[in-house]
Amino acid sequence: MSVQPTAQAELTAPLYNFAYLDEQTKRMIRRTILKAIAIPGYQVPFGSREMPVPYGWGTGGIQVTASIIGRSDVFKCIDQGADDTTNAVSIRRFFAKIAEVAVTESTAEATIIQTRHRIPEKDLQEGQVMVFQVPQPEPLRGLEPRETETRAMHAYEEYGLQYVSLYESVSAYRRIAATASYPVIVDERYLMSPSPIPKFDNPKLHMSPALMLFGAGREKRIYAVPPYTRVRSLDFEDYPFETQRWDDVCALCGAEESYLDEVVLDDQGNRMFVCSDSNHCGERRAEGHVGPMADHALAGATS
Amino acid sequence: MTKKLERPMIKVEGLTKRFTLHQHGGARIGVFGGLDLEVKKGECVVLAGASGMGKSTLIRCVYGNYLTSGGSVKILHDGAEVDLAGATPQTILDIRRRTMGYVSQFLRVIPRVSTLQLVMEPLLENGVSAEEAEARARAMLASLKLPEAHWSLPPATFSGGEQQRVNIARSFVREYPILLLDEPTASLDAANRGIVVDLIKAALAKGSAMIGIFHDESVREAAATRFFEIESYKTAA
Amino acid sequence: MTTQAPPLLRVNRVSKWFGEIVGCRNVSFDLHPGEILGVVGESGSGKTTLLRCLSGKLEPTSGGAEFLSKRHGPVDIFQLGEQDRRRLQREEWGFVHQNPRDGLRMRVSGGANVAEPLMSLGGRHYGQMRRATTDWLERVELDISRVDHKPRNFSGGMQQRIQIARNLIHQPRLVFMDEPTGGLDVSVQARLLDLLRELVRDLQLSAIIVTHDMGVARLMADRLLVMKNGDVVETGLTDQVLDDAQHPYTQLLVSSVLQL
Repeated sequence: MSVQPTAQAELTAPLYNFAYLDEQTKRMIRRTILKAIAIPGYQVPFGSREMPVPYGWGTGGIQVTASIIGRSDVFKCIDQGADDTTNAVSIRRFFAKIAEVAVTESTAEATIIQTRHRIPEKDLQEGQVMVFQVPQPEPLRGLEPRETETRAMHAYEEYGLQYVSLYESVSAYRRIAATASYPVIVDERYLMSPSPIPKFDNPKLHMSPALMLFGAGREKRIYAVPPYTRVRSLDFEDYPFETQRWDDVCALCGAEESYLDEVVLDDQGNRMFVCSDSNHCGERRAEGHVGPMADHALAGATS
Repeated sequence: MTKKLERPMIKVEGLTKRFTLHQHGGARIGVFGGLDLEVKKGECVVLAGASGMGKSTLIRCVYGNYLTSGGSVKILHDGAEVDLAGATPQTILDIRRRTMGYVSQFLRVIPRVSTLQLVMEPLLENGVSAEEAEARARAMLASLKLPEAHWSLPPATFSGGEQQRVNIARSFVREYPILLLDEPTASLDAANRGIVVDLIKAALAKGSAMIGIFHDESVREAAATRFFEIESYKTAA
Repeated sequence: MTTQAPPLLRVNRVSKWFGEIVGCRNVSFDLHPGEILGVVGESGSGKTTLLRCLSGKLEPTSGGAEFLSKRHGPVDIFQLGEQDRRRLQREEWGFVHQNPRDGLRMRVSGGANVAEPLMSLGGRHYGQMRRATTDWLERVELDISRVDHKPRNFSGGMQQRIQIARNLIHQPRLVFMDEPTGGLDVSVQARLLDLLRELVRDLQLSAIIVTHDMGVARLMADRLLVMKNGDVVETGLTDQVLDDAQHPYTQLLVSSVLQL
């Protein structure tokens, strides 16, 4: 029954099945997702399909979203934290057209949030699903090129090697300098790359009420962090995990605790720091928060 | 009474040695056959005979460096007779470490290890404390008149006579119950030969059993408690 | 007989066949704590196959090898599950490859290569591991100021020193070495052998060293196993095998050594 498109869908999108993928593919991906949820942090292989965008543009995330989205969902898509970047706009339009779902820029309203690089600043809620677009799911790959070996390492929980990258970092910079794709241990068992979010967002993975799904289209892997799961960022006893901090506040909304992007304004060395999460920044300004450069032309552009 | 019952430290019975040279059509070269020899505590048996008679071969058979072709070589080790012919390599190494020392003409030079350390090694291997080992090694090197400036150097660049004295020091510092001496004084001058003779006599007085080959007649006469003529055991090829 | 500690490794009739081709056949021996066994023979004699079997890198066709493990007590290494075998390799063994590229991670620094075994065994304190690493680089006589350089910037002899430090830092009980000085200049080789000899004696390690070089065998090994066409043709004390070789093949090997 599920193979057949509904009569309704036939009328509105006659050339494609609901949400682009055929029903068998969606079932395969849903089974993969269920297994991923059952084994938090474990990379489950799946039959990644060719998508109408190139690898690296979010094919994994799009397939995950397409497999779980329903007509009642409200879809939000961000790239580098912003809703209005080209890739985010394209993917949002894609699902609006092909699945006829409501779309939003509001974190609170969304039921599914597809993302590259960020987790929204606003606390996620039960029932929400984060879908991450993942370029490289294997955190050990840079240190151990053999797939057979990394699989054995996961199977036997041999994660000493991952610390080698932290060791290298401390040796070179006197601190753990990695800022993104910072490796974590999920539920004290599987090593996982939360790629490519900044380590600033790592703590948001820990005991989150929302479901976190990670899709890597080119590498054909799906993994998950179920709601309320322990997620620990790796560190050394004498070099504990730390997130990035900024001396500046958001130039537009004055936020002190959000992840800031540096924007170069001219060739005179002038620059400003603004919230990477455009929805968060806009909502704060609507609530009356004011940053030191609130009148800047960019204020209009990013709201 | 007790003297009579005393077991020999070395008991060679019916010992035969021949070499088979597979590279030369399997040629068999007999060295000696049916050789019997006993050495008791306090004895220094000096092997006599012209060169090529197999004196060194006999010593090497007793040390386990050469296999025997027949007969037995029994060593009194920890109060029990051990036949080298049937002993495991571990046992032979243990005998060499604790019971039987061997001084050859040549020092097998180990690069980078200092002379003092070389002489201390046999003591350290036998559980002597580092301080005591160093004190005994220093005393031994001093008695052999090896210049103190040399002690911290590896002996690789020493003269033949100096290397030989290091070799002697290594073997005598340990006070082995059995000592095998294969031309230990070959490159030494008269004064140093005299020192070595004194060391041999002191070791014999403490109960060592020895088999020796000495090129120098004065050393031979001074060290020997008896002579052993090997020529009568010579076998045809 | 003297009382001796039980063997660390008992090898019982280990054979490895590659189809119709024999790798090694019915090899048996005991290795005692603190003992260094040399395996000699020419290329293709089966010595590396034997080493790969005994170190758990290659499954033998038949035979057993019982290792006296700290964690498990006496265990047949071929009967262990993969996880336990990997743990054994990590915790209690070392393996020095002929080519440092096979034994080092070329993408990470020399220091991190040496520290990795500590992290694999649960080390999580950077400062302590850093100190242990520099101590070990000193022991293998490497310039500490270069600790953070990548292995490719080191000479072959220095790479081999890093590999040796990496394989000894976790204080293994048994170290496998496959032609550890094979690819090196003669002068570098001599110094490295000497260093290895000192380390092995100081740490009371047991070791199995595969080499085709009789000089290496004489300097390093207490005991020798001579292999030809997959068979052990002669065994014995190193000096006895080299000075009074019995088997035609051993005599050929010994007589082929150039005298300087």
